[in-house]
Amino acid sequence: MLRYSLKRLLSLIVSLAVASLVIFLVIEVAPGDPASFMLGINAQPDTIAALRAELGLDVPKTERYLNWVSGMVTGDFGISYTYRTPVSTMIGDRMWVSLPLALYALALSTLIAFPAGVYAASRRGKAGDIAVMGATQLGVAVPNFWFAMMMVLIFAINLRWFGAGGFAGWDDGLLVGLHSLTLPAISLALPQAAILARVMRSSLLDIMGEDFMRTARAKGLSRRQALWRHGLRNAMIPVLTIIGLQFSFLIAGSIIIEKVFFLPGLGQLVFQSISSRDLIVVESVVMLLVFAVIVVNFCVDLAYGAVDPRLRSRT
Amino acid sequence: MNRNLILGLILSSLVILAALVSFVWTPYAHTAMNIPQKLQTPNALHWFGTDHFGRDIFSMIMVGARTSIAVALVAVSIGIALGVPLGLLAAARKGSWTDEIVMRSNDLVFAFPSLVIAILITAVFGAGAVNAIIAIGIFNIPVFARITRGAALSLWEREFILAARVAGKSATHISVEHILPNVMNLLIVQGTIQFSLGILAEAGLSYVGLGAQPPTPSWGRMLADAQTMVSFAPHLALIPGMAIILTVLGLNLMGDGLRDLLDPRLRVRRS
Repeated sequence: MLRYSLKRLLSLIVSLAVASLVIFLVIEVAPGDPASFMLGINAQPDTIAALRAELGLDVPKTERYLNWVSGMVTGDFGISYTYRTPVSTMIGDRMWVSLPLALYALALSTLIAFPAGVYAASRRGKAGDIAVMGATQLGVAVPNFWFAMMMVLIFAINLRWFGAGGFAGWDDGLLVGLHSLTLPAISLALPQAAILARVMRSSLLDIMGEDFMRTARAKGLSRRQALWRHGLRNAMIPVLTIIGLQFSFLIAGSIIIEKVFFLPGLGQLVFQSISSRDLIVVESVVMLLVFAVIVVNFCVDLAYGAVDPRLRSRT
Repeated sequence: MNRNLILGLILSSLVILAALVSFVWTPYAHTAMNIPQKLQTPNALHWFGTDHFGRDIFSMIMVGARTSIAVALVAVSIGIALGVPLGLLAAARKGSWTDEIVMRSNDLVFAFPSLVIAILITAVFGAGAVNAIIAIGIFNIPVFARITRGAALSLWEREFILAARVAGKSATHISVEHILPNVMNLLIVQGTIQFSLGILAEAGLSYVGLGAQPPTPSWGRMLADAQTMVSFAPHLALIPGMAIILTVLGLNLMGDGLRDLLDPRLRVRRS
């Protein structure tokens, strides 16, 4: 397991290094000079030069890349071109909205999908299975931001159970914060839950036909006992893959959902930064999102090793 | 033919037909504003009602279908044009550095969700339908590369490929003449799925302002405009949303149906 984990760790570091280089190079292609943009068309050349020096834009690209990467490692993401405040502070404030939202949605998606998938698999071909599969087919086709708008219309505007937007913050307690994030999290979670439930069902159906399941039944275990003791663990590999992949969709999806609910998260920050050409913020937020995806996939790889020992020896 | 395929074909054909007809006819010009007629609910004159500028929603949906289909189709084509050769190459050189580089690059691109790619591209070049196509297209490349490689690897072990190798054919010839035709079914099914995902992605990008820009109508953009009016004019959000759902549902059903039709073993396994 140690050798397997070290290999995955090496792969993680290489992926992060290459991803950071790609992001840096793409942003470098951007036309225009941030210092000139910030100071406007009437700025004097010496003022622009001074600002370039202050922002660290006057050093060679290689040095800038290394400064940026080493800064990120130590939590220093640079200074926002527009707000002149540390990018890490801006991101840190927004993370308290975006991260809980993605995790809340992931938890909801898993909580909905697991029972639905197990139920459909255990009722294969019957009405319950057909109903769950029909609902998931529809769930996969629904854009999450449209679903969010419908949730606002029903639960915020008509029933008034939730606010139509905004975030109450965490200062008034966990429940108040979670209440503000409930509609956004459900909107994010349901389409993902539909995909996960389908994978769970098909994975379980594949497993149920395996010899070891027949052996478990022959030993005297009931269908349900065999499913819970032997089936679920073995059906988890494809399910874990999808959960890992879904995290990236949830992070990206949360950027869109934040717009529907006017949440002050990373999405709002990145769109404001694009419109004000605050490229250092865009660069840092994108790197952070990619970092999250790569690290989650790394964790999924480690989980594979734990769930299926054969994978450890294969790599 | 199975039910899924028929229903999928009907739904998809309707949308494609609407997009094609919009080139020669729409009930009203999709940009024509008529303020006195604004925010009308569906009626005999305006089948899907009008928006806050009095524009005919049915006409906008028809022209919007064009944008969605064009963006998703070109994005899938980019994925196929670049991903399939890469997958074939990686499979032909299994275990080599080429294979390793292709697969690790795939992993890297997978770490960039299409929205993140779109954010990067927009930050540099500005928003627009072309940038949406590039963003979704880049995300499609590793999907096709991976699926092609996976299918090709098992084919390389088959006897007819061994026979071709013994006959002295090069890896390139074998990949093009024997492997590619045998993975085509899989690519058609995956292409349908990626096409539906492309429609969803285009709508999402347009909704956040990173996709098609006004006056080009797009379903995502229509939803963004409808957001502040959903409480008193819900049809503004309901109709473009239903258009997206029916299109994606149609394509997904078609994908399922095609998979059953082209690979009967899967149908047996899934039923």
